[in-house]
Amino acid sequence: MAADAHACETCPMHTEMAQLGSAVGGFDSVIALAGNPNTGKSTLFNALTGLKQHTGNWPGKTVTRAEGAFQFGGKRYKLVDLPGTYSLLSASDDEEVARNFLLFGRPDCTVVVVDASALERNLYLVLQVLEITDRVVVAVNLIDEAKRRGIAVDARSLSRDLGVPAVPIVARTSENVMGLLQEVANVASGETVTRPLRSKGTPEFERAVTRLVPMIEAAAPGVPNARWIAIRLLDGDASVEEALTTGRLAELVAKQQTPDQRFSRKIALQGAQ
Amino acid sequence: MSAPAVLPADIIREAGALRRSLAAGFREEVVTSLYGEVERVSRRAVRDEGARPLELDQRIDRIVTSRWLGLPLMLLILAVVFWLTIIGANVPSAMLAKALFAVEDWAAAGFTSLGAPWWLTGFIWHGVFRGLAWVISVMLPPMAIFFPLFTILEDLGYLPRVAFNLDYLFKRAGAHGKQALSMAMGFGCNAAGIIATRVIDSPRERLVAILTNNFVPCNGRFPTLIMLATVFVAAAFPPAVASLVAAGSVLAIVVLGAIFTLVVSWVLTRTILRGEASAFTLELPPYRRPSFLRIAYTSLIDRTLFVLWRAILTAAPAGAVIWLLANISIEGVSLATRVANALNPLGWAIGLDGVILLAYIIAIPANEIVVPTMLMVYMAQGMMTELDSMDGLRALLVDQHGWTMLTAVNLMLFSLLHNPCATTIITIYKETLSAKWATIGALMPLALAFIVCFLTATVWRLLF
Repeated sequence: MAADAHACETCPMHTEMAQLGSAVGGFDSVIALAGNPNTGKSTLFNALTGLKQHTGNWPGKTVTRAEGAFQFGGKRYKLVDLPGTYSLLSASDDEEVARNFLLFGRPDCTVVVVDASALERNLYLVLQVLEITDRVVVAVNLIDEAKRRGIAVDARSLSRDLGVPAVPIVARTSENVMGLLQEVANVASGETVTRPLRSKGTPEFERAVTRLVPMIEAAAPGVPNARWIAIRLLDGDASVEEALTTGRLAELVAKQQTPDQRFSRKIALQGAQ
Repeated sequence: MSAPAVLPADIIREAGALRRSLAAGFREEVVTSLYGEVERVSRRAVRDEGARPLELDQRIDRIVTSRWLGLPLMLLILAVVFWLTIIGANVPSAMLAKALFAVEDWAAAGFTSLGAPWWLTGFIWHGVFRGLAWVISVMLPPMAIFFPLFTILEDLGYLPRVAFNLDYLFKRAGAHGKQALSMAMGFGCNAAGIIATRVIDSPRERLVAILTNNFVPCNGRFPTLIMLATVFVAAAFPPAVASLVAAGSVLAIVVLGAIFTLVVSWVLTRTILRGEASAFTLELPPYRRPSFLRIAYTSLIDRTLFVLWRAILTAAPAGAVIWLLANISIEGVSLATRVANALNPLGWAIGLDGVILLAYIIAIPANEIVVPTMLMVYMAQGMMTELDSMDGLRALLVDQHGWTMLTAVNLMLFSLLHNPCATTIITIYKETLSAKWATIGALMPLALAFIVCFLTATVWRLLF
């Protein structure tokens, strides 16, 4: 069903969407929800999966990786809600959960949820995510709140500049969530080809990266995002060096395929409370 | 065809060599260009239609985070929440108790008339079922009121303001300001509070937050505090102000817990977890209207019923254990009495008694069942009392088992300070991956509870 992405707001998509709760088996694609803290990732997660992941109006509410599922356009999707993070370089445990999944979890599409009222600050993470994957959709959330503050975000302009789809939504009321899902489906299936905005380093820098990437791929076969690892190594990131030498890298990659097992899901539910 | 093996050490050496060959500050260039990009993209996408700050938000924030009003206002809000919980839970608790104990009598009589052996009737109905009945009637009403109220505050966006107000105090204690957030989660469940410390990026400060989270009374301990505040402390005052006094004493215990958190953090950061408090940024989100339907669902179904279910799962076996202890006798003295007698000297020294200590040992899996366990041991020891009212409870504890105001106060203190439940200890282990910190997290509060209760008991006995 190669629906025109822009026509989706008029078509009866509602009949094609189903919340599947925590039945994450047998999915076709994996979708990751990333974004700064308190931008409404968990609210969107709940709206899509029908789960009741705890939400709250404060940054730092989600500290674990929550998984749920939904069906859209005849396909099943596994949705992974990640803790909020301002940057992929920061180091607290909750942010590491998010970073590791984005880098090593091989999501078919990453939805970066941004707060329309604070677009500039939220864009740093978007650009960092674009550095590591082509398959990104930006969800411009909280547009209602932004409107009340006299701020309007032009999603088309954003989409053109970033080279990936950008969709305005209100997660709380599920406004335009169907439009978002259509873009996500197209990116995940490869139907939409993105041209992500990437800052190029100096030619010497790019040469150094190009030299390291095949070495990393040979040393740790199957590790996604060798480019990111190469850049971190050039930066002298001790934790990445350690992950590479101890073989923890392979372990990290494997871990992203299983649910966050450090504590029971129940405690995560009431306790990310 | 396999690629020639590349050793990680080679890659790191190569990366080091390349790094040296690159112009110094190559990363700054990249970062600067990223910032430039962000500014350009954002300027083009954002249409400023006369952007106005949320004036009402700012005005509210000037009051709730003000230097002089911030803390008193926070205490007032907490007091109101406790007061609503206490007055709201009183009647439903009594009704539930009455109904469930009627079921117990009726079903036990039914069993007997059907010719079931006395031990079967006793084990199932006076053991397992009675344990459940106590937990449900003591826990359900306060939780069903406290959780929604707390979630409303959370959805409004009040928690980051609390962290803002307390930041100064945590800094003085050498701890992280975000510890206030994990403490707030601890009100629901300490295991959850410990997981919430993940937002603290410094491992040292995170450990401080983990080790002190226990000093926030979780929902398993709240019913204990509420019951003691209502039955003992408030009963000494005229009925008109009784509920206010009860709320005030629960608040006092919570404030005391916060003081212990700060003092213990201070000691930890100057001994085994030495270091300076790190700076951090915390966004104060706009106030948002809570969605009441969702709150009703999450706080009643997810929190209340989940916590209650956990309590039931531990209360049923605990009820069985108590019934066995009370009904297996050696030389005519039941095991419960023997154990309680053996613990009595220790209990007396800290202003409690052997039965209370026995209840705490049985309740290690879950704090929720301390009071029910204690009451069941008392009842198994003495004569049966109708416990469908707070007066009946008071009569049982004071007249039959010699409770005084000291017992009530020290039990509140012990409940606040003693070791976390088994789930929480396991969570500490999983989050720190260290048996050492899990052990310290369990024993340090226990030792503190004994020391503090011993001191208050000693001083009390010298004075009165």
